[in-house]
Amino acid sequence: MSRKEGAVERKIYKFYVSLILMLLSLSFIFPFLWLVSTSLKPIDQTMKMPPVWIPKAYYIEDNGEKIRVFFDEDEKVAEDSWLVEIMESARKGEVLLVAEDDIKKGTIDIDVQRADIVKTVNVRVKTIKSIPAGRYMVKEMLKEGDTGSPRIFYVKRERVEQKVKFEFSNYIVATRKIPFFLYLKNTLIVCFLSVIGVLLSSSLAAYGLSKIQWKGRDTVFFIVLATMMIPFPVTMIPLFTIFKKLGMTGTLMPLWVPTFFGAAFNIFLLRQFFMTIPNELIEAAKIDGCSEFQIFYRIIIPLSKPILFVVGLFQFLYAWNDFMGPLIYLTNQKTFTLSLGLQFFQSQHGGTEWHLLMAASTMVIVPILILFFFTQKTFIESITLTGIKG
Amino acid sequence: MNKSERNNLIKGLLFISPWIIGFVTFVLYPFLSSIYYSFCHFNVFEPPQWIGFANYINLFKDKVFWISLYNTFFYVIIFIPLSFIVSMTLALLLNTKVKGLSFYRIIFYIPTLVPMVALSILWLWMFNGEYGILNHFLIKMGVPKPPNWLADPRYAKPAIIIMGLWTLGQAIIIYLAGLQDVPRSLLESADIDGAKWYHKIFHIIMPLISPVIFFNILMSVIISFQLFAQPFIMTGGGPGRSTTFYLLYLYQKAFEDFRMGYASSMAWILFIIILVLTLFSIKISKKKVYYGG
Repeated sequence: MSRKEGAVERKIYKFYVSLILMLLSLSFIFPFLWLVSTSLKPIDQTMKMPPVWIPKAYYIEDNGEKIRVFFDEDEKVAEDSWLVEIMESARKGEVLLVAEDDIKKGTIDIDVQRADIVKTVNVRVKTIKSIPAGRYMVKEMLKEGDTGSPRIFYVKRERVEQKVKFEFSNYIVATRKIPFFLYLKNTLIVCFLSVIGVLLSSSLAAYGLSKIQWKGRDTVFFIVLATMMIPFPVTMIPLFTIFKKLGMTGTLMPLWVPTFFGAAFNIFLLRQFFMTIPNELIEAAKIDGCSEFQIFYRIIIPLSKPILFVVGLFQFLYAWNDFMGPLIYLTNQKTFTLSLGLQFFQSQHGGTEWHLLMAASTMVIVPILILFFFTQKTFIESITLTGIKG
Repeated sequence: MNKSERNNLIKGLLFISPWIIGFVTFVLYPFLSSIYYSFCHFNVFEPPQWIGFANYINLFKDKVFWISLYNTFFYVIIFIPLSFIVSMTLALLLNTKVKGLSFYRIIFYIPTLVPMVALSILWLWMFNGEYGILNHFLIKMGVPKPPNWLADPRYAKPAIIIMGLWTLGQAIIIYLAGLQDVPRSLLESADIDGAKWYHKIFHIIMPLISPVIFFNILMSVIISFQLFAQPFIMTGGGPGRSTTFYLLYLYQKAFEDFRMGYASSMAWILFIIILVLTLFSIKISKKKVYYGG
C-alpha cells in the first residue's frame, strides 16, 4: 500500500469516528433537550403523541378579546352538530354538543345515572347554536388564580392563531409549589458549612499525617484508609440513632456536623499533596521560630490552594446532590434540601405536572452546570488523578 | 521516648484530634453498634433487645430478601460488563486524535454531575409508556408495541440499567487518561509488525491499562451494590418486587417498618458480600493485572 492510499484511508476512518462520536454525544445531550423542552410547555402539550418539541400558544379572538386556548388537532367536529341545552331530567341545564342526526323532534337520548343504575332516557332539548362539521373545539386556558369554569368555543381552523411561546411562567409556578427558595437556602447552608468543615478538619489531619513524625502515625493512616472500606449502609442506622438522641434529626446538622471531624478520602488526597511539599521549607520556618500551627497555616495552606479547591468543589457537589442523607435525617419539611424537596414534590404531584417537575429539575441542575463550566479543567484533571493514581 | 519525640507525638495527635473524635463517634461506634443491633430487636423507640441470630435466621426465610439479592446481582452482572464495553469503546474512539476532544469529554461527563433525583425524574418522564420520548422513537423505528418500561416487571430492571449507561462520563475520562498514557512507541512497533487494530487493543492496550480498569470496575461494583436513589424515586421497588434492590429493601425495613435490627443484619450481609468480592478480586488482580513501573 502506498503512502498516499494510507492517508486517504486514515481520513475516511477519522470521518467515521467523528460521525459516531457526534451521534453518541447527541444521545447524551438529548435527554437535556427533552428536559428543557418539557419545562417550557403548557401542561396540555406535555401529553401529546407525537411529542411537541417547540411549545406553542394558541389564541382566538372573540368579540375583540384575545383569548388563550388549548388546541388539539384531534378535537375536530366530525359531522354537522348542534350545541344543545338539556331541558329535563337530572341533567337539566347541561350543555352538550350533539350530532344533527341524533336530534329527533327536539329530543335526544342521554344516559342518566341514578344510584348505581345507568338508564337511557329521551329528553327535550333546546338548540343553542349550529356547529358545522370541520370546526375545532377549543377550551379557554385559565390564568393562575382564575376561578370559574373555562369557556368553550367551536371555531374554524383559520381563526386559531398560533405562536411559538415558551412557558417561562412554569419556572415561577414551580418555585412557589416546591418552596424552591427555602430549599435552596437549606441546601446552600449544608453546602457551605460542609465545605468549611471538610477543608478545616481534613487538612489538619492530613498535616498531622504527613509533616509531623510521630509514633503510630502509619497505623493511624492505615485506619484512615480502612474506614473508606465501610459502606454507608453499615453505619447508617446507628448514625440515625445517634443524631436522634442528640435531637439533631429534623435539622440540617447531621448533614454538616460530621464534616468537621474529617473525611477519609479527603484526608488521603490532601496528605498525598502535602507529602510533595519539601520539608526544607518547614525546617526553615522552624528556625525562624514558627510554631507547628503557624507552619500549617502560613506555609502549607497557601501552597495547597489548588488541591484544597478540588476538595472543596467536590464536597460542594456532593452536598448539593446528596439524597440519602437528607432522606434519612430531614424529618421536617422546612429543612428539606433541594434534592429531597424535588423528590417529595414528585411523589406528591408525579404523573401529571411534568412541566413543573421538569422546570424544578432544571433549576436544580443548572447551578451545578454553571459551576462545572467555570471549573471544568480542575474537574477533569482531578477525576483523572483520583481515578488512576487512587 | 525522648522529649522531642514526645513533643511530636502530642503535636501529631493534636492535629488529627478532630479526626479521632469523628472516627470514634461517626465510624467506630456506629460500626460496632451496627453489629450489636443486628443481633437485636430494635425499633428506635425502645432500647435494643438481644435476640441472638433470629434476625439472620428470619432473613434467610424472607422471600423478599432473596428477591432483593437476586435483583441486585442481576443489575451488577448485566450493568458492569455493559458499562465497561460502552465506556471503553467511547474512550477508544476519543483516543483517536479526533477533533473537539475536550468538547466530547465535557458532553459525556455532564450527565454524571446531575443530582440523582433530577436525573431519575427526567428518566421517569422519558420512560413514560404513554407520552415518553423513548417510546416515541421506538415506534418511529418500527417497534410496534414498545414496552411500558418502568410499569412492566420484565422491563423495569433493564430500564434502570439503560439509565445507568447515561452516567458513565467518569469512567470514560479515566479510561481515556489511561489510554493516553500508553507509550506510542509500543503501538508503532506493533504497526510495523503488521498488527491489526484489535490485536493492538487486546494484546497491548488492555494489558497495559489493566490496573486502571481493575480499580474502576471494582469501584463501580461496590457502588452498584448500593443502588438506591433510582429505584426509590422511579419505582419504589415495583412493579411487583422487580426493582426492590438490596439497599432499597434495607431502607424500607429500617425507616418505613422501623425494624432496625433486621435492617442492620442486612447491612452486615451486604458488607460481607462487598468485602469478600473486594478481597477476592484483589487476589485475582495480582495474577491478571499488569502493574508496570
